[in-house]
Amino acid sequence: MSEENFFDVEIVTPERVFYRGKVSMVEFNTTEGEIGVYKKHIPTTVILEPGILTLHEETQLKNAALHSGFAQILPDKVTILAELVEWPAEIDEERALSARTRAEERLNEKAEGLDVDRANIALKKAICRLNVLK
Amino acid sequence: MASMRDIKRRKAGIQSTQQITKAMKLVSTVKLQRAKTRALQSKVYFNSMYQTVTSLLAKTGNIDVPYIKPAETTRKAVIVLTSNRGLAGGYNSNIVKLLTQGEWPKEDIDVYAIGKKGRDLLKRRGYTIKADHSELSDEFCYGDAIKVCNEVMKSFEAGEVGEIYLAYTNFKNTVSHVPTLLKLLPILPGEFGEDIDVDGDGLPDKLLMNFEPKDEEALKMIIPKYVTSLIFGALIEADASENGARMQAMDSATNNAEEMIGELTLKYNRARQGSITQELTEIIAGAEAIS
Repeated sequence: MSEENFFDVEIVTPERVFYRGKVSMVEFNTTEGEIGVYKKHIPTTVILEPGILTLHEETQLKNAALHSGFAQILPDKVTILAELVEWPAEIDEERALSARTRAEERLNEKAEGLDVDRANIALKKAICRLNVLK
Repeated sequence: MASMRDIKRRKAGIQSTQQITKAMKLVSTVKLQRAKTRALQSKVYFNSMYQTVTSLLAKTGNIDVPYIKPAETTRKAVIVLTSNRGLAGGYNSNIVKLLTQGEWPKEDIDVYAIGKKGRDLLKRRGYTIKADHSELSDEFCYGDAIKVCNEVMKSFEAGEVGEIYLAYTNFKNTVSHVPTLLKLLPILPGEFGEDIDVDGDGLPDKLLMNFEPKDEEALKMIIPKYVTSLIFGALIEADASENGARMQAMDSATNNAEEMIGELTLKYNRARQGSITQELTEIIAGAEAIS
């Protein structure tokens, strides 16, 4: 792929700048479904859902677990404002596994006073983390 | 004139106080550095957040979302950021003054306290403390800001309060900290900066941005995140200001102690000289009497 098809991607969290670099495509999950963004996309702002973030760099693919936030897509730049995003190396697999089991149990039991939304989000996050590790 | 022993004791006391203030100053200097770095790292996020919200609001003029409508009740929620520990000069009382010297009657205010000092001062003056998250004043992460935000948003959405404010200390630089009362919600049209230029072509490009899902949904999702980021930003600034204020207070305390020690040393020497002179006169008088 030629040089001119690359564009800037910046991923920032409240605590740090998570990633800054040039990619040919970036994929992530939004409220409207999974999308992949190439250069010269129409300016759009999308809300993120927990999912895998894939950065297509010139020589390699990079994955990360992206949990929440939103993305600002411009023709030559994508800025992702993430509240929570992790590289695979930062994920604790055992914790994610136990979090998944716990969330599933809660949803199955349907106990009194259960915050269904919260349990669902926890489940999605755990699944997303495990998927990135695969 | 005080006796030599009294002066000596007093001097020792001031010296040990000075040691404490000196140590506290060093500690807060280090903490201030850390807080400043943290503030710098989070700046990028807030700038982008601000841009997005401005472009979103510029587009969504007349939709029916409570976040951008004028308040219906006069009740206000105020998140008050102060420190857990004292000895920080006027840091805490300046924040409290924002409320006590403001125009709002205290019956209309629900205080969400972060920081024990502010909580206690306001409680004593008869304000309603709705919630207390003082533990965050020492140690916080973004998740904590989300928690506080959700709590305040809940009472906003339920219509219990009509406006949300944030009372915190804005960290301008190491010596200048400004107590600030910031309105978080509702965001009324016209209160926001309008011309933004995300792609850098020199033209305001607010009309170009599309939103997915549609504007109203997007607004509902983004505004809480925006408020959270403001709260988080204020926490960081307040942390930096607290340490800055303490550093200054401790610096002048150390200097004052230095001055007092100087004065006491002078007094002590004078007293010592006085007693020597007196002793000599007594001896000479005694010798003369004998001869």
